[in-house]
Amino acid sequence: MRLELVPRQNVAPVMRAVAPVIAFLTAFAVAGFVIWLLGRSPLAAFQVYVTQPLSDPWALQELLVKATPLALIAIGLSYCFRANLWNIGAEGQFVMGAIFGGWLALATHNTGAGFWVLPAMMALGILGGALWALIPAFLKTRFGVNEILTSLMLVYVAQLTLDYLTRGPWRDPKGFNFPQSVTFDLSATLPPILEGSRVHLGFAFALIAILVTAVVVGRTLFGYRLRLTGDAPRAARFAGFSSRSTTLAVFAISGGLAGLAGISEVSGQIGQLQPSISPGYGFTAITVAFLGRLNPIGILVAALVVALTVIGGESAQILLKLPLDLSTAFQGMLLLCVLGADALVTYRLRIVGRAVTA
Amino acid sequence: MVAGVSDRVSASVPLVQLRGISKRYGELLANDGIDLAIAPGEIHALLGENGAGKSTLVKILYGVVEPSAGEILWQGRPVTIASPVQARALGLGMVFQHFSLFDKLTVAENIAVALSGDWSVAKVRAKLADVSRAYGLALEPDRAVWTLSAGERQRIEIVRCLLQNPKLLILDEPTSVLTPQEAEHLFTTLDRLAAEGCAILYISHKLEEVRRLCQRATILRGGRVVATLDPRQRSAREIAALMVGNEVGEVRAGASHEGRGEVLRVANLTLPPAGLHGTALKDIVLTVNAGEIVGIAGVAGNGQSELFAALSGERLSDRADAVSIVGTACGTADIDARRRLGAGFVPEERLGHAAAPSHRLSENTLISHHSGKEVGRIGFIALDAAKRLARSIVSGFDVRTPEGDPQARKLSGGNLQKFVIGREIIKKPRLLVVDQPTWGVDAGAARLIRQALVDLAEQGSAVLVISQDLDELFEIADRMAVIHHGHLSPLRPTRDWTREAVGLEMLGTRDAA
Repeated sequence: MRLELVPRQNVAPVMRAVAPVIAFLTAFAVAGFVIWLLGRSPLAAFQVYVTQPLSDPWALQELLVKATPLALIAIGLSYCFRANLWNIGAEGQFVMGAIFGGWLALATHNTGAGFWVLPAMMALGILGGALWALIPAFLKTRFGVNEILTSLMLVYVAQLTLDYLTRGPWRDPKGFNFPQSVTFDLSATLPPILEGSRVHLGFAFALIAILVTAVVVGRTLFGYRLRLTGDAPRAARFAGFSSRSTTLAVFAISGGLAGLAGISEVSGQIGQLQPSISPGYGFTAITVAFLGRLNPIGILVAALVVALTVIGGESAQILLKLPLDLSTAFQGMLLLCVLGADALVTYRLRIVGRAVTA
Repeated sequence: MVAGVSDRVSASVPLVQLRGISKRYGELLANDGIDLAIAPGEIHALLGENGAGKSTLVKILYGVVEPSAGEILWQGRPVTIASPVQARALGLGMVFQHFSLFDKLTVAENIAVALSGDWSVAKVRAKLADVSRAYGLALEPDRAVWTLSAGERQRIEIVRCLLQNPKLLILDEPTSVLTPQEAEHLFTTLDRLAAEGCAILYISHKLEEVRRLCQRATILRGGRVVATLDPRQRSAREIAALMVGNEVGEVRAGASHEGRGEVLRVANLTLPPAGLHGTALKDIVLTVNAGEIVGIAGVAGNGQSELFAALSGERLSDRADAVSIVGTACGTADIDARRRLGAGFVPEERLGHAAAPSHRLSENTLISHHSGKEVGRIGFIALDAAKRLARSIVSGFDVRTPEGDPQARKLSGGNLQKFVIGREIIKKPRLLVVDQPTWGVDAGAARLIRQALVDLAEQGSAVLVISQDLDELFEIADRMAVIHHGHLSPLRPTRDWTREAVGLEMLGTRDAA
């Protein structure tokens, strides 16, 4: 006996639309079952995870704050993944963006430098992330080194560099020996979108990146080039698209956006450099990118959903004494269900029995 | 349907008999009540256009596909063939048109892995030499498959079957990559196998060889048997008419056209091999004039794909003047630059090279039109224009497609080939380079494609056709050359070539002869 995936002849557009909903319900059902096994009420958990954050204005803002880096990084990664290139090191590019941009914030500290500091920090953040991402891209195009390994390994190099800087040369001398830099000046702080809000301008960057990407992927030759490179590399060469420049371009874009996310997080949210600036946004963003099926709008939705599980997980830990890891497990289940639903919409599962010779 | 069968066949119990075989894929009835009987020692042809249901029928017989209805009798006994392993255990051997080989493994490993029973790689290597020699199928046991040409890969498939001493050998288009001499050699082999009692089911588009080889032919059209006849007693034209369902016309010859100006000049093009086992191009000299078709004959793997890549710009030469298009030296310019000089290219592989399988036809027009003004402006794609372009290719070249704007992979081989050739011709290129224009394409589509090439040349374009199909080249080419081991013979007018001369060049024995 074996299982076979048979392509469906006609896929109803309704099914395509309904599939993610079914996937969500399935993931919730499985998660509820696990919570029930842990001896808690699934209903109470649903309330803590979903209903409460969505009905509380403070939590809603927090949702956008958490979704911002996820969306920015994931939208960048979607360029790579579309072209079948595997940038796993967005976490490192995020950190490098923070280091490059943060350097300017520290260099202009207490100098009374004007409004130019903030745009320059953002530009440096993009530059830092892009340069960091171009290292694996260059190694791949020049020497054929596998980009998955190099991009991943460079994460640790970036993290340890930040660690060194915040404990060593960039440490705040008046900071009671805490491993952190001085707090950024107001001129180096990304302002909130609305007065008094916690949501900073980084969220606007994410929205712009999403809109631009939607146009680039759907309407431009560059977007077509990415899809062709990913789907049929030989046809892409036949079309005259050099795989070398495609690789360099998508790594620069995804690194740049991760770097922008990094400097936005430091400048708009944390307000200083410290050894750890990310709870793994760069890795979670990979899940977000695929949860959103590499579609720009899908990625925005996925970033919000994943942010919700993170916030819900924090309150569940406090209110229901549920482990924080449950959120991570739920993100995994969600991804599995969405991808599975996608596959089952396109393919039909068939059980083939072993026929017996007459 | 038994009428007309020779005495020897009807006297004995058929080796295999199909009764009322039907196969339904959703809406499509691929096989509709097919009856077919093959006697031991019979060479039986299965004829039909692409989509006639030949592949489905053969897959059912070989246990790849389960029939929706009907039964199979093997030596008079009803059997269910649930898998190729079971089919091989019964004594069936199959040479597929699309090869089922592991690219990373060697020739000997590929053979050993597919054989049931006690076959070690060492044993295969030992036997391989014998079989290769006996049937003229030269193979190096230790070469990795990915380095081999299509023709050499097919030889592996044939040898793999022969090693198992099958009772019924199924061959799907086996001669498409052989020289006339090699094909003749294969026919001798098949005749001998048949004389030894092995039945052969022979699938082919080439009517002449079916008439040379087969005692009986079953013709399929639209999933049904339309006739079972003795091909030696009917004309090729008559059989073709049964296959297509209407009379097949000849390709109308274009006017003679010499001295209308040189469009492509290849001057002493030399390129090292691309991969470990690629073919080096040696000192290739070639010109194609406006208004003529130049044909390049040769057995697969003799440098055709390398030559195509060098002409298209997918591989660059180190000298600009190695390739000139309309007087511009472009040996170091990429494919896009050559397209802007007015060249169009159609590579051998339809899916994956000429077209992206999962992309819609409208998107697939972009592959060779993206630098044109029609579908792209300052980096943006005009999707509506691309759709219009796809529609005009579809209607202009009789591409039969599912509704709307389907993905390329939804098209049959012949229809996709019409599309990718139409995609270039619609640009009215000054130069068109085509590699294997009708490989694995049904008779109707092949005729349409050849006619389109002839018409294009007549309108003043220069056309270079690289093909393994000699009949095709003799039909449409004005001048011809033969490629062998990366070396190109001198170009001569087609009327000065004989089949024998071409065959000798294909084998590289011109000097010895």
